[in-house]
Amino acid sequence: MMGAKIWILGLLLLSLFYDGIGARESELNRKTERISGSAGDVLEDDPVGRLKVFVYELPNKYNKKILQKDPRCLTHMFAAEIFMHRFLLSSPVRTLNPEEADWFYTPVYTTCDLTPNGLPLPFKSPRMMRSAIQLISMNWPYWNRTEGADHFFVVPHDFGACFHYQEEKAIERGILHLLQRATLVQTFGQRNHVCLKDGSITIPPYAPPQKMQAHLIPPDTPRSIFVYFRGLFYDVGNDPEGGYYARGARASVWENFKNNPLFDISTEHPATYYEDMQRAVFCLCPLGWAPWSPRLVEAVIFGCIPVVIADDIVLPFADAIPWEEIGVFVAEKDVPKLDTILTSIPTEVILRKQRLLANPSMKQAMLFPQPAQPGDAFHQILNGLARKLPHDERAFFRPGGKILNWTAGPVGDLKPW
Amino acid sequence: MKPSALQPNRRVISFRSPTAAPLDGGAAPSDDPLIRSPAGLFWLLLHAICCLLSLALGYRFARFLVFLFLFSPSFPLSSPGLLLLHRRPDLPLSLPQPPPPNATASRVVVGRHGIRVRAWPHPDPAEVISAHRILGRVQREQRLQYGVRNPHPLLVVTPTYSRTFQALHLTGLLHSLQLIPYPLTWLVVEAAGRGAASNETANLLARSRLPVLHLPFPGRMPLRWSDRHRFESRMRLHALRVIKERRLDGIVVFADDSNIHSMELFDEIQKVKWVGAASVGILAHSGKLETAAQRQLSKEVEEENSPVPIQGPACNSSDQLAGWHTFNSLPYVNKSATFVGDGGTVLPRNLEWAGFVLNSKLLWKEAEQKPDWVRDLDEVVRNGEEIESPLDLLKDASFVEPLGSCGKKVLLWWLRVDARYDSKFPPGKWENSADLVWRETRARGRDVVYRS
Repeated sequence: MMGAKIWILGLLLLSLFYDGIGARESELNRKTERISGSAGDVLEDDPVGRLKVFVYELPNKYNKKILQKDPRCLTHMFAAEIFMHRFLLSSPVRTLNPEEADWFYTPVYTTCDLTPNGLPLPFKSPRMMRSAIQLISMNWPYWNRTEGADHFFVVPHDFGACFHYQEEKAIERGILHLLQRATLVQTFGQRNHVCLKDGSITIPPYAPPQKMQAHLIPPDTPRSIFVYFRGLFYDVGNDPEGGYYARGARASVWENFKNNPLFDISTEHPATYYEDMQRAVFCLCPLGWAPWSPRLVEAVIFGCIPVVIADDIVLPFADAIPWEEIGVFVAEKDVPKLDTILTSIPTEVILRKQRLLANPSMKQAMLFPQPAQPGDAFHQILNGLARKLPHDERAFFRPGGKILNWTAGPVGDLKPW
Repeated sequence: MKPSALQPNRRVISFRSPTAAPLDGGAAPSDDPLIRSPAGLFWLLLHAICCLLSLALGYRFARFLVFLFLFSPSFPLSSPGLLLLHRRPDLPLSLPQPPPPNATASRVVVGRHGIRVRAWPHPDPAEVISAHRILGRVQREQRLQYGVRNPHPLLVVTPTYSRTFQALHLTGLLHSLQLIPYPLTWLVVEAAGRGAASNETANLLARSRLPVLHLPFPGRMPLRWSDRHRFESRMRLHALRVIKERRLDGIVVFADDSNIHSMELFDEIQKVKWVGAASVGILAHSGKLETAAQRQLSKEVEEENSPVPIQGPACNSSDQLAGWHTFNSLPYVNKSATFVGDGGTVLPRNLEWAGFVLNSKLLWKEAEQKPDWVRDLDEVVRNGEEIESPLDLLKDASFVEPLGSCGKKVLLWWLRVDARYDSKFPPGKWENSADLVWRETRARGRDVVYRS
């Protein structure tokens, strides 16, 4: 009797022992971790069947002709507006029957008026947007039905629908009045800022996927750079004294860490920029003139932990991606202590962040590949739109009558485009 | 009316040429001395103050005035910020601007901010150490995730003998081997005169903290290079015989003490199944001091051939072994060294041992799945054949696996540098002097100064 009990106990202990070993082994083999944000495990959701989008047919002067005039719009970081249009045209969520559509998309390329240097000028964008909205409100009844509450627009410029590159001017202008009920899909995100309205979907800036894939190095190349950054610290053209550009944060990084061998920071743009990011543990993503930057996308693709230095920033797909667990957030006032902060992060936390970054669905969610692939940024935008359904009843029935004032805004905006 | 402050120079011009047109707002008559009238004095003083201010503040002063007089409503909030100085360590951290009255509820303000610099913007050594620890842990994790799953142990075969440069070469090899993350056994075959291992070599090896098999080999290392190459081959065969007798398991690497190995070589050879071949870069150089003319000549010769000769496998377009790149000794025919330390260029054999790796099971008497295109080691030695490279141990050389993306990557460098055989080399005295210095300084508590 006793002998049998001893045998049973022994067997139980042995089984626990082996379970422990098995768990440890699977820990060792675990290269990636599942990502679950505040909306749940939604990165792998499929939007097809959950929503229907109707694409307005606008005359070519709003989209194709502008692109023909300057094909650089296809490769700069605001190219998401063009690729979103192309994606929707051939996507299964598109419907040709507007009566059954949940969302309406207006393909107007407001960020394609480029200077010779390639920077977009936003001065004509408000008039262009206004003109487009006038067109759709006159030719289809759906805009006036809800005053745009079930319409969405892609506005990837510096400060979104405020249509200016200077923050003070953008705040003065505010979001274009006619868009106040529509959903905005934009790269800019900062909490409690005039240019980010509630319910907007923040997206990553466009980064060319093939170019990044072409520079991949074998994953067993040891990561030997501690902190990596390439970019301007002082914008001598627009802010010669410093203190204005990046709210002084980039200049502070330079002044504090230019002598620190752990920080590989410089303004030179090397040919091995992408390869170097893959050899680094931390990549700095400080704000510039606007808080967002394509460095975040590059850091995620190359597995380098992003160190975000931008107060109150709202990162892309913030409800689907738990950025707090993936990146490191440093307040701008704590920049002088950046080395202390980064070296005091426990190694398990760092390894966990690297495992989360290695998750392919995380990398896929930051990209705009052509043709679209499941789980990419296009699908995350549609997932975001699907999560906002069904529309609030107030979208269709407004108690106070019409809300939009078609003559609001600066006088210059009212001129026809 | 434009104040004269905006056009300070025009005042000077009109002062110098009394016939110049009077200024718009200038009240003083042109030929009256300006100093006398109070209005003139006032303007002169204002002029002087403006000159001094613009000297001190530069364009900021001009901007201040422009905004003051021309664009007052949109005066930027940053006027006190003009005087915010930064980058001076004795100044306290500067404060950001107070938010404008009817701003958004954001904590972040637009405007000029100070650039925060801490008092001592240099790295802290403790933090550097923890950063290196983090890097080490991250790299270990990378190796676990993406590196070789079940690494084979390595058997490193090194022929050596006690000489002036032995400490130099062996220490370099020792450090390379200490960095290898795989289990290894170091078989050091030493050519000692009386057939017993020498103290110098033993002391060097003892410092290495690696598992070492110190194998003495009877016979002195010959002085002529051609004889030396043959002698080294026999030493390596001796090591292979030891591996066969003791049935040591692993991948055999021929690491000569003066060669330079890259760490990627040891990662690459883990892929070898039976016999592998890697590309070896040959650093053939002359020991003589060259005059400028000779250097020019040698540079021209170099430009004709490839800059560094490489020995190794040659592949065809489908990445299969098609032949061998060997060493072209024609350019060096007149300059080659004949004996150790004579200053000529030391030439390698056609195919050096260092470029080959073997699975030790090939040497065992019986091993499972041992291929039949390998000759038995004892037979080869009994016949007294000259073994120039491991290819002579194989019946069929086409089974050799090319490494390093089919030989395109050079994974190790062959080098022979040695002092003259009669160079002053007091055997045994090196250790004693170093120990003496160490004991002395421990006793006196001073920093160690390396004098030797």
